[in-house]
Amino acid sequence: MTKRNQRLLGVVALVIGVGVAAALGFTAFRKNMMYFYTPSDLLAGTVPIGASMQLGGLVEKGSLVRAGGLRVEFRVADCAKNIPVRYDGVLPDLFREGQGVVADGHLDADHVFVATRILAKHDENYMPPQVANALKGDPDTGKHSCMPFKAVESAAKS
Amino acid sequence: MWTWFHRLASPPTFYRFADRLAPWLLIAGTLLLGVGIWQGLFIAPADYLQGDSFRIIYIHVPAAALSLSIYTAMAVAGAIALIWRMKLAEVAVITAAPIGASFTFLALVTGMLWGKPTWGAYWVWDARLTAELVLLFLYLGVLGLNSAYSDPRTAARACAWLALVGVVNVPIVHFSVEWWNSLHQGSSILSVKGIAQPKIAGEMLKPLLMTLSGSYLFFGAVWLRRMQNEVLRRERRANWVRAFAGQAPLAEGSNAQPGMAGPGLVDAATSRQGRQDDAAGRGRGA
Repeated sequence: MTKRNQRLLGVVALVIGVGVAAALGFTAFRKNMMYFYTPSDLLAGTVPIGASMQLGGLVEKGSLVRAGGLRVEFRVADCAKNIPVRYDGVLPDLFREGQGVVADGHLDADHVFVATRILAKHDENYMPPQVANALKGDPDTGKHSCMPFKAVESAAKS
Repeated sequence: MWTWFHRLASPPTFYRFADRLAPWLLIAGTLLLGVGIWQGLFIAPADYLQGDSFRIIYIHVPAAALSLSIYTAMAVAGAIALIWRMKLAEVAVITAAPIGASFTFLALVTGMLWGKPTWGAYWVWDARLTAELVLLFLYLGVLGLNSAYSDPRTAARACAWLALVGVVNVPIVHFSVEWWNSLHQGSSILSVKGIAQPKIAGEMLKPLLMTLSGSYLFFGAVWLRRMQNEVLRRERRANWVRAFAGQAPLAEGSNAQPGMAGPGLVDAATSRQGRQDDAAGRGRGA
């Protein structure tokens, strides 16, 4: 084997080695890479009550209640389940029913998620207002997708 | 084809080739960028939800795409530099790093400026943002490593190793939004469904494709120019550079390096000699 082939082998081995190590590491620590839990995770009871965490999902249409002052209550849903959220604070400009949100907070004893901060999660769709208005008549395409909200636990098992 | 590549690897041939190509890339890139930004800022309609703040996409997406592409190019050049000991590839590695770092920084800053009005926070530690920050640190690592050695060839080879180790982060940045939950949204163009059916309206997409391609051409021009400068600096004792600068060629058998102006694939003996000369030259210059 020539010197050059040895170096070639070294480079290929390094790239594959680092790639495999990263793949194994990230598979093992997949849960830690998740930025937020979903309502399905919370309802599955795998998340301890009172622990501080992030919850992500879509604000369910028709669920928003303004309870006086800055207090709002609404339900956050993923593709399968939904959970009530209570929040006392300023909402981001892009907060709407049907839109994605990520909330910091904790689950209380009554299984209500008490949020301390709410961020709007934008999706990858960009369109002018006319197009958006035209889509609103169509219940399937006008709705924001629940797909980006992947359950942490079930995903880890599969 | 291969002979053409071998000839291009020779520094004087590369220098003349880059000299011809770079101006065209710069003109085309600047035109595309200019028209794209103008159309993006004034012609494209506002987004139904974000309003005008979405227009930062015309800078953010090209910057982010380039931050990944430049790193990949740097790693490929690094592999060539390590395996074939090609000097031009070493030059390519170290000249790409500052450009890549700048685009990564631009992507991070524009992203933060967009994140505040859209999400409600400048920064969150989700997978996409964190991986892009790691990418910036990798670029800075390459830059730091390069200046840590006094011999430019040893430095370039160390940088090439780091570039190869760090290239694992490139797919992590790109797929972070698909593999894990993140606050950052998925890709509007570069996804399986997105290529056939972009998730961004046509009149908003067109300026984006213009600024994207314009940025790549602009990067090509800047990269070629930086490589030219670095080649001149490294070959300053070679006769072709002296002739280029209007100086008399060095006498045979003096400090002239036989391998330097020849083909880019130098054997170990010449490269060792070159290293000493370069180290001496750098010491004098400092």
